[in-house]
Amino acid sequence: MFRDEWGRVLASLIGFLGDFDLAEEAAQEAFAIAAERWPREGTPANPRAWLVTTARNRAVDRLRRDRTLAVKTRLLEARETVEDKMDNLDETAIPDERLELLFTCCHPALALDAQVALTLRALGGLTTEEIARAFLVPEATMAKRLVRAKEKIKAAGIPFRVPPAHLLPDRLGAVLAVIYLIFNEGYGGRGELAREAIRLGRAAAELMPDEPEVHGLLTLMLVNDARREARFADGTVVLLREQDRSLWDAEQIEEGRAVLHRALAPGGGGPYVLQAAIAVLHVDEPTDWPQLAALYGELARVTGSPVVELNRAAALAEAGEVELALALVDNLDLDRYHYLHATRGELLGRLGRADDARLAYDRALELVHSDAERRFLARRRAELDD
Amino acid sequence: MKYMLLIHQGETPVPGSAEWDGLSDDEKRRIPADYQAINSTPGVTPGMWMESPETATTVRVEDGRTLTTDGPFVAVKEALGGYLFFEAENLDAAIELAARIPAARLGGAIEVRPLKEG
Repeated sequence: MFRDEWGRVLASLIGFLGDFDLAEEAAQEAFAIAAERWPREGTPANPRAWLVTTARNRAVDRLRRDRTLAVKTRLLEARETVEDKMDNLDETAIPDERLELLFTCCHPALALDAQVALTLRALGGLTTEEIARAFLVPEATMAKRLVRAKEKIKAAGIPFRVPPAHLLPDRLGAVLAVIYLIFNEGYGGRGELAREAIRLGRAAAELMPDEPEVHGLLTLMLVNDARREARFADGTVVLLREQDRSLWDAEQIEEGRAVLHRALAPGGGGPYVLQAAIAVLHVDEPTDWPQLAALYGELARVTGSPVVELNRAAALAEAGEVELALALVDNLDLDRYHYLHATRGELLGRLGRADDARLAYDRALELVHSDAERRFLARRRAELDD
Repeated sequence: MKYMLLIHQGETPVPGSAEWDGLSDDEKRRIPADYQAINSTPGVTPGMWMESPETATTVRVEDGRTLTTDGPFVAVKEALGGYLFFEAENLDAAIELAARIPAARLGGAIEVRPLKEG
């Protein structure tokens, strides 16, 4: 309950106070009072309105004490409108300003690691300590990062608003990149971050129902996360087609499919929608490899990414076009990328060129960092001898 | 909000150089026109162009002694070429103005610095 309300309460307070730090302190106070009082006196009828009003009152009291803050006059006038209404709180009177907050946290004038930390703190309601732990940095480092980001927002005049139309595509891209980065940090092992990213994605989809890319990202995260339990076995990576489907979260995959329909309806063809469509096709049985190869081709065109071309080659191979796939792989400028050599090894093996395949796996093994993937590659290489 | 926009010339061709002569006539006409448009944008207080970084002297004080060195504080390539002031509602507006400054697209960069109030 507290975690769910944190972002909305904080956003509303920043909108009202125009000051991130003051809003955060006031929100913290209000949540602390609620934690102490609600179990004793019962939860108020409108918990959110109660929290916002209590925090506002606290902030105004603080401003009264601290006469140096320039905004005080405006706030003291506003005080009259929020006072003495605790018995008659109306949830609808509190605007949902999470979207403004999201765009502020993901402003490109902030460093990417600061955008990520700030988004998790402000909208996710994670504590500084939790964020520090998730990103494996000391708490003091994370605290400094958050303080610097908030100082820059204030000093540099980063606006608290949803960007106007001519800036929106770029800014939306930044927001989605932050959420997806959080997801991928979690996908790499720290599951709580993946869940957090999905929560943020759900909120973004609710707040921007007409943006296909937002639904695309949510689908992508839901479907990939649904396969989490099946991705590793005994510390070794399990290829998608060899995964135990009974370990997949079927309900979450269905939800992903439903979200994707909303993304496709307005005619979206951006990178997240394409990746989402690919993720959904991957879990279909039997897999439509020609269709997948076509989607990877479209995604490669949109993103210009050689890594996507590599995936296209893999899909082509599965569709039976192994020679074509190998020719494609040999044209890619990805020599430092172990997946390129792993894919070459796989293709060469299928073409019966075991010696060449071994050399490719050797190169992949030189470049790979993760132990789970190293074990997988070593096993594939050994299977060439059978 | 008041901002100072510091114009770092970087690789930007300056009139009189071979790089400048290599620009198309169209571009040669556009650059001063763009600067003029920037300077007449509401909220902008134009600064003055600086002489080239080679003419700079850098002053530092160590243990009470004034140390002067020839040249700009940073490497010549990144040196400041000009500046202007801009009164704007928020950082987004300042970034949009900065993006219109020709040096930003010609190999240089613009640093946007908020000025302290009061």
